[in-house]
Amino acid sequence: MNGPDLSVEIAGVRFENPVMTASGTFGSGREYSEFFDIGRLGAIVTKGVSTVPWEGNPVPRVAETPSGMLNAIGLQNPGVETFIREDLAFLKDVGTKVIVNVCGKSTEDYLSCVERLGSEERVDMLEINVSCPNVKEGAIAFGQDPKVLFDITDRICRIAGKPVIMKLSPNVTDIAEMARAAEAGGADAISLINTLTGMKIDVEKRTFVLANRTGGLSGPAIHPVAVRMVYQAAHAVRIPVIGMGGVADAQDALELILAGASGVAVGSAVFNRPDTAIQVIDGIRDYLIRHGIGSVRELIGAVC
Amino acid sequence: MAKTQSLMAIVEKEKLTEDIYRIKLKYGREAKIEDIIPGQFVGVYPPQKDKILPRPVSICDFEKEERLITLVFRTAGCGTRDIASLREGDELKVLGILGNGYDIEQLRGKKTALLGGGIGIPPMLYLAKKLSGIADVTCYMGYRDSHTFLLDDFKAASKTVTATEDGSIGVKGNVLDALQADAQKGTFPEALCACGPLPMLRAVQRFAAERDILCFLSLEERMACGVGACLGCVCRTVSEDEHFGVPLARVCTDGPVFEQSQVVLEW
Ligand SMILES: Cc1cc2nc3c(=O)[nH]c(=O)nc-3n(C[C@H](O)[C@H](O)[C@H](O)COP(=O)(O)OP(=O)(O)OC[C@H]3O[C@@H](n4cnc5c(N)ncnc54)[C@H](O)[C@@H]3O)c2cc1C
Ligand SMILES: Cc1cc2nc3c(=O)[nH]c(=O)nc-3n(C[C@H](O)[C@H](O)[C@H](O)COP(=O)(O)O)c2cc1C
Ligand code: FES
Repeated sequence: MNGPDLSVEIAGVRFENPVMTASGTFGSGREYSEFFDIGRLGAIVTKGVSTVPWEGNPVPRVAETPSGMLNAIGLQNPGVETFIREDLAFLKDVGTKVIVNVCGKSTEDYLSCVERLGSEERVDMLEINVSCPNVKEGAIAFGQDPKVLFDITDRICRIAGKPVIMKLSPNVTDIAEMARAAEAGGADAISLINTLTGMKIDVEKRTFVLANRTGGLSGPAIHPVAVRMVYQAAHAVRIPVIGMGGVADAQDALELILAGASGVAVGSAVFNRPDTAIQVIDGIRDYLIRHGIGSVRELIGAVC
Repeated sequence: MAKTQSLMAIVEKEKLTEDIYRIKLKYGREAKIEDIIPGQFVGVYPPQKDKILPRPVSICDFEKEERLITLVFRTAGCGTRDIASLREGDELKVLGILGNGYDIEQLRGKKTALLGGGIGIPPMLYLAKKLSGIADVTCYMGYRDSHTFLLDDFKAASKTVTATEDGSIGVKGNVLDALQADAQKGTFPEALCACGPLPMLRAVQRFAAERDILCFLSLEERMACGVGACLGCVCRTVSEDEHFGVPLARVCTDGPVFEQSQVVLEW
């Protein structure tokens, strides 16, 4: 007997299952390949990459918070050339889809990085991070004004040789408006949520815990915000939505799917349990069997 | 070395001082046990569900036949307090074995001083045991006051010199004061291994650099993944990382033990 169908299609790309990694929490998969078969993932979404190597922020870069964590890594990455040579080469024989996350400080940065990656066969999709709260120039500025978001999306989509996912920031007043701006700019899909800007103070030392002062909040604490925003965004656009934010088990992932997500990403939960994404895949399958549902696609946006 | 996340049973728990605990953890039946290098650590998950990150704790001892590791930790905050509240028989979620330890081969045949300050003391015990018969070891252990811990274990493992900040036991001052006192008497080390607070590591680094002594430092940094994926735990280095192209290294995977001349202990 055939099991339930977990496959989904997002912007013309077919995924064996809807579960992927969230950018920045999984490197390029090498580290966690020691723990489990990363080929079982629906997709690997790699750490943000820019045209040239970035140093990132001083330490401390991470802090724990109740049911969550703050990070201000500052997008440290080896630059796109090394990324292609080493990371993409590592992923060559991993049997899953590869989504490359791109960051930049200026429109030109984004464009040249996108252009460079467009010709790489191993890249299935690009995810554009216009929502990182941890670098001073660029990044989030592109994701907080609908007009600016429309422009950058438009310019990227014109030259991208791959389907483009625009990754939205939750640090906005109206997420629906941002989702529509990305769709109007030509995005093939949107993903959300990136981290919520937060701050932690060490009262004994009377200092900021993070060297960057502020950091991005992630983990179970932000899950209800993610469900709400995915729901609102999914109702605002016709393009597919990839949901993330605090997913730690199949229940959390199913909430995002029922709210309208075609795919879900597991982020910080990997730090608590390296094979969380596998647990989520198995849990979704069990749920489908238990409810006699043939395909996970029937659940997308089913609560409306 | 393969890394795993597994449940380990607390088979022994002992309070060593007001805020220092020793626990012995037993590997599960299925666990594949590989050798552990001194300086390596594990990520211990506090039992409370609202804490999601592992706490890095160094291996203080490893008994392969008995399938046991020993950890000695200070209750520094909520997570370590939760861990200390567990009882014998309880299970702990552990990620490991993590990091790169001390390069034992480079220490072979050398007169080696192990310097431990405060909560940097525990990993030196396993190192002292592993070096026995390989190097001529003296342990310099620095405590704040008379509330010492593990001293008997150190004395059983090697020559041991104690320093206390208040002078209540042994040399008054820190481990470097004790080392320098011995150096003046003519016992000068050919190699140093140090673990402890940052000011101590900076002083040891300077001491070693000025005298051109082989020196390994074990660094601490806040971690999220513990396995090299998140880039949360970097330290400054002298030269650029081969992959990342910037002068930074990951404490969790490139370290926590670094050769002194490779790292810059400032930002
Ligand atoms: C490689 C390494 C080895 C270590 N070995 C030992 C050991 O053998 N014995 C021991 O007592 N301590 C050791 N420490 C320090 C120990 O990890 C911290 O004391 C512990 O994480 C504090 O957790 P908490 O929840 O009690 O404190 P909180 O302050 O409540 O912790 C909040 C967060 O900050 C992190 N954190 C706090 N202090 C430190 C610190 N000094 N270093 C790294 N992260 C920190 C915690 O892991 C947690 O994520 C080691 C640290 C590192 C990096
Ligand atoms: C340590 C860390 C690094 C991250 N780096 C990136 C990044 O490089 N690019 C990006 O778009 N998002 C990055 N994110 C955001 C995550 O991809 C994700 O959107 C967010 O953490 C919410 O999901 P979670 O609660 O499951 O972690 C990072 C998050 C964390 C915790
Ligand atoms: S803690 Fe994630 S890279 Fe070191």
